[in-house]
Amino acid sequence: MASGKQAARSSAIRKSRHILMTATTLGLASVLAAAAPAQAEEGSVKIGFVTFLSGGAAGPFGVPARNAAELMIEAINAGSVPAPYASTGLAGKSIDPIFVDENSKQKNADYQKLVEKDEVDMVLGYISSSSCKAIAPEAEKAQKLTILFDCGTPQIFEEIVTDPQYTFRTGAHATMDNVAAARYLADTGAKTGSYAGINQNYAFGQDSWRDFSASMAQIDSNAKIAAEQFPKIYAGQYGSEISALLTSKPDVVHSSFWGGDMEAFVIQGSARGIFERAKVVLTTGETAMHRLGAQMPDGTIIGARGPHGDLAPESELNDWFRKAYYDRFGTLPTYPSYKMAQALLGVKAAADKAGSTDQDAVIGALKGLEWEGPSGKVSMALANGHQAIQGTAYGTYEFDKETGKASLVDIVRYDAECVNPPAGMNSIDWINSGFEGAKCD
Amino acid sequence: MTKSFDKTEWGLLLALPVLICLTFLLPAWVVNYIQVSLGTGLVALGVMIQMRAGLVSFGQGLYFCIGGYTAGLAGKFLGISDLFVLLVMGLLASVVIAFLLGFLLRRYREIFFAMLSLAVSMILFGLLSSTEELGSTDGFNLPQPTYLGWAPEGDLGETVLYVVTCVVTLGLALGLNRVLRSPLGYINEAIRENELRVEYLGTSAHRAVHITYVIAAAVSAAGGVLWAMALGHVDPEMTNWTTSGQFVFVSILAGTGNIAAPLIGTFLLEIVRVYAVEISPNTWQMILGTLMLLTIIFLPRGLWSLIASAKRKTAAPKASEIMEGN
Repeated sequence: MASGKQAARSSAIRKSRHILMTATTLGLASVLAAAAPAQAEEGSVKIGFVTFLSGGAAGPFGVPARNAAELMIEAINAGSVPAPYASTGLAGKSIDPIFVDENSKQKNADYQKLVEKDEVDMVLGYISSSSCKAIAPEAEKAQKLTILFDCGTPQIFEEIVTDPQYTFRTGAHATMDNVAAARYLADTGAKTGSYAGINQNYAFGQDSWRDFSASMAQIDSNAKIAAEQFPKIYAGQYGSEISALLTSKPDVVHSSFWGGDMEAFVIQGSARGIFERAKVVLTTGETAMHRLGAQMPDGTIIGARGPHGDLAPESELNDWFRKAYYDRFGTLPTYPSYKMAQALLGVKAAADKAGSTDQDAVIGALKGLEWEGPSGKVSMALANGHQAIQGTAYGTYEFDKETGKASLVDIVRYDAECVNPPAGMNSIDWINSGFEGAKCD
Repeated sequence: MTKSFDKTEWGLLLALPVLICLTFLLPAWVVNYIQVSLGTGLVALGVMIQMRAGLVSFGQGLYFCIGGYTAGLAGKFLGISDLFVLLVMGLLASVVIAFLLGFLLRRYREIFFAMLSLAVSMILFGLLSSTEELGSTDGFNLPQPTYLGWAPEGDLGETVLYVVTCVVTLGLALGLNRVLRSPLGYINEAIRENELRVEYLGTSAHRAVHITYVIAAAVSAAGGVLWAMALGHVDPEMTNWTTSGQFVFVSILAGTGNIAAPLIGTFLLEIVRVYAVEISPNTWQMILGTLMLLTIIFLPRGLWSLIASAKRKTAAPKASEIMEGN
């Protein structure tokens, strides 16, 4: 009896062990099989898209960028983008995308996986400056065409990869946002006797304030800094910072807050009257315009990190992009969407110009290229033709209570050469030199 | 000396040539994941040896970051790129800091230890994030490693770094296995079971915890140096609680049964993540979360318990066969 039971049990154990072993073998086999290079579809261009699909930056940046990518890929493959992009695909080849989450600790390993396992023809992405710093040298090492579409740090081609061969950035870097903000204040005759800043305590916030305060010092040498506030990113509550700003009585408040933090600041700050007592400049305010509507006080100065969204110049391409985006996603495109569309159209323009999607041909054509994006002209003027410059614009917010529509008035446009340092010059040195060689109309 | 090697140590020794051979057998991207997993796996090892004493460190990223930043700072300001020098510097920095912090942390257990270790790591995160000179949250880049004056370039450089990473990681794992088998290791297990009794038996629990904490810190810092050299970039995210949480995640998933478990667990988790992202780029965390839940429900002692029970089961029928006289 007992031994029978034991035999049954041991056979059961053996069986379960068997199952376990088989499962492990199968698992290993599938990993190895998957490790073998996947066959690329004939006649298509494989592009790896890396943006934030999770985490705090996904909502305001990553997902709008991915949405724009999906929209543009479909339109480019179908040939339904207005002229001069009406031909189908990239030099006739359709785009085959792979999306990857930028929210990962192993960004470089993920990049290598895209290049080697997925055999992408190019990688397009990266929102965080930290990612760009890590990826740019990796791209040069892997010798794979890599297009950074959004990240803002000027260091990429100034310090990290000083002689780029494979890395491009199709978005202008962050310096111009704050130089233009300071210029806009002067151009619209705002009172700038004293100014204060509230920026997030991380690289982008610190750089923004550094550039803005340096620009203000150049434009109005009598202006004084009334207060500097650096709350934690994603803090969400700014009661004490707003009190500090109010007691310092500044004429201007500068903020590079973005996403949820910016919306929280607008709602909390307007309730305490800071928008009435000071001119508030929101360098990324455009993303929240249509969401906040009446909650955003009139007279707020709004930027979009380039001439994007409501600041985009009127063109057939822009009208088409806004309509197509709205029809598909139910919201208007914000600047990350514009930057993604701009990058993809740049690639298309380069491939069409070269008549091929061969890496060397695309690189050759993209170098120093000028093309029209939905937000106007982009030119790869810096870093030996690898870094884009672009004009920018600022406007003043106005909400029409009758129609419930938000709009920007008093829009001032700045040429690329007016708000960007010339080739070979470090951003902060350029500002401190009194914008040497800036060409403004 | 070799006589005293146990099975795990033989396994680790055998794993070294196997891992090195893998560079020539597997595609480069898989090898790359192995390499970064060895770096972060060392930190998970640090978490695991503390878990043996019943301590859950929710701030092990602190030492991961100290290792990475020490290497980075030495490269940036002192121009040192020799991997061995950087490793020693990372170890020294972490040991000094852990030794000092240990006086505070050794007095706490359970959730208080977890929260305090988390708090300390977040202080460093805050400091680094507000230091513009070090690139703030963007961090900064590291130089290419050299080895005692030798500076291999390109593919060779990568292979050498991989081999050195393997050697250092397995060497440290071997050392840690010795620690687990030493009186200290057994005292730690006793502390987990009943600390009061340990004290009555005449050993200082505080001292044992303190030493364990310093050892864990040193191993984590070595992981930080190796990982940062492979990536070529450091940023404060290394000491953020999400990073520390991932190390705890790995230790729970892999189990504390064997010194190899966290290393293997880290790699498996990395591969699962890669495929989860590929299958479902928008909801890959759900796949990882489900895996975590299933592991906790069905394998409360971690994945390693699968191997451990398989071993026990193979041993069991043999014993009965002998008994029956076959």
